[in-house]
Amino acid sequence: MSEVAGKTEAILARKGEIMKRALGMDYSQFERSPIAFDYEGLMGAHGYSIDDIIGIQLAGGVGKTPLLELRNLTDLVRSYAESGHGARIFVKDEAANMAGSFKDRRASVSIHVAREKGYAGVIAATSGNYGAAVSSQAARASLKCIIVQEAFDSRHIGQPEIIEKSRICEAFGAEVVQLTVGPELFSHMLELLDETGYLAASLYSAFGVSGIETLGYELAEEMTTVTGAPPTHVVITHAGGGNTTGTARGLKRAGATGTQIVSASVDLSGLHMASDADFNRKSFTTGHTGFGVPFATWPDRADVPRNAARALRYMDRYLTVSQGEVFYVTEAMAKLEGLERGPSGNTAMAAAMSLARDLPTDATVVVQETEYTGAGKHHWAQLNFARENGVEVRAGDPAEQVPGKSIIIPERPEQIRAKDFDLAKMRRSYVRNALAHAGEGYVPTAADIEFLAADTNSTPAAVEEIVAALKEA
Amino acid sequence: MADLVSCDAGDWVEIERVLLEPADRSTNLPEDTAAQPLRMWVKGFACSAGAVGDQLTVETMTGRVVTGRLAEVNPGYTHTFGRPAPELTHVGRDLRERVAVYRAKAGE
Repeated sequence: MSEVAGKTEAILARKGEIMKRALGMDYSQFERSPIAFDYEGLMGAHGYSIDDIIGIQLAGGVGKTPLLELRNLTDLVRSYAESGHGARIFVKDEAANMAGSFKDRRASVSIHVAREKGYAGVIAATSGNYGAAVSSQAARASLKCIIVQEAFDSRHIGQPEIIEKSRICEAFGAEVVQLTVGPELFSHMLELLDETGYLAASLYSAFGVSGIETLGYELAEEMTTVTGAPPTHVVITHAGGGNTTGTARGLKRAGATGTQIVSASVDLSGLHMASDADFNRKSFTTGHTGFGVPFATWPDRADVPRNAARALRYMDRYLTVSQGEVFYVTEAMAKLEGLERGPSGNTAMAAAMSLARDLPTDATVVVQETEYTGAGKHHWAQLNFARENGVEVRAGDPAEQVPGKSIIIPERPEQIRAKDFDLAKMRRSYVRNALAHAGEGYVPTAADIEFLAADTNSTPAAVEEIVAALKEA
Repeated sequence: MADLVSCDAGDWVEIERVLLEPADRSTNLPEDTAAQPLRMWVKGFACSAGAVGDQLTVETMTGRVVTGRLAEVNPGYTHTFGRPAPELTHVGRDLRERVAVYRAKAGE
């Protein structure tokens, strides 16, 4: 073994020890069995109430974003929906947060904890808006900040959206460590945590996900004020699962137990997330199925011992849309509603237009986030970059798209049709993964079955059935 | 301004280094990724004078001291909006018209 490989192995072997110090919390206290853990115990361990978190966020300049009714978009959908159909569409303009996205909520609690516990700085691994959020909050809290990004392919060419994220993190005073494609980013982050002693501001920590609960909580209250009731549907752009989990938990806290939770991702099926060649053939760096499916079906793949983001617990439906549909809707939002926002956040908007078309006019659909846009992130920049990287961009029927090969922009809004992802298949996949990670020969107990049922928004009987079918196979 | 090819101590620069050669990389990578080294770039204040391509040590924004090859002096950003996509230029005009027609009919 070379010296470098030996060093990498040594750092990975110390992972548990490094993360225990860096996470500011001992996760072993929540473990119950090779399958089950005390999820609510983990979520509540920080001891903050929702009011505490709202207070932390207000002090940090985060939250209380405008809830806007999109009357023009609603009428557009009604112009082609069947008679009596076309739900009212609303959006929570999260781009109004300080660093331009809902990720400010996610960063705020970790940064607060880092300061309270006396850490000198924070580290986060992210190529997305979360980096901007952590950098901005860290600047306000006078903490040092390192953002580790998977930024370039082997030619040193970066997605313009990621390059913009590098820029904004540096604008907020962060040290940005940019890497080429590869999962070894994690071992480098461990080295940095070990070297600096900073807090790991993981996207998947209980701090992060608790911070998103205020979004669901706020929108339930605001919709009740505007329409007299919580929304019938909330559509949530889904990647690692924190957005779905936090929003759904916040809605429940506000008493909105009847609201349907609809997650939405861009369909990037067929593209390998660790492939150097595929890296720049995707126009979406997040909110896509490349994260959405693996994280929902095995959340504990994250950079924490147990992921606080457990989307399958809360999803009632999972819709996918194509890149072309999202770009079209991004343009439509700007022209019809005066809201020029980033494409990734509009993933849920494309799904919402499709969903609203099939719902009665008295239904209410809330898209719970927007993100900032600008050079690099803008949909024109994305489409130009796709063309430069050999992806065909044309007008036509988006159903014909092949991720990585073509982006097909709809010619008419009627062509926007989200597809339902099979949740039963995802639940099976999750249970299979949980059993595999528990180790060969482990027999799940009744408590494990209860846990798996809760973690898949399902019933013990349904989980037993899956376990039996997997045994036969 | 032409790209600078050398720096003085204290200048804001970017360095590059190879973290892992292909042979040292994770074993479960797709072939195209496995064939490439894992490279890293970071910016900081140069600890000495140097020319692009030289080994140079920098102090980053957090005060870490990192050594690598000098990649760029006073590195900036050039990402843009670019030209509009022809497939999208008509969207605003067409959709505003559709909403207007729908409202005119609904008001009849």
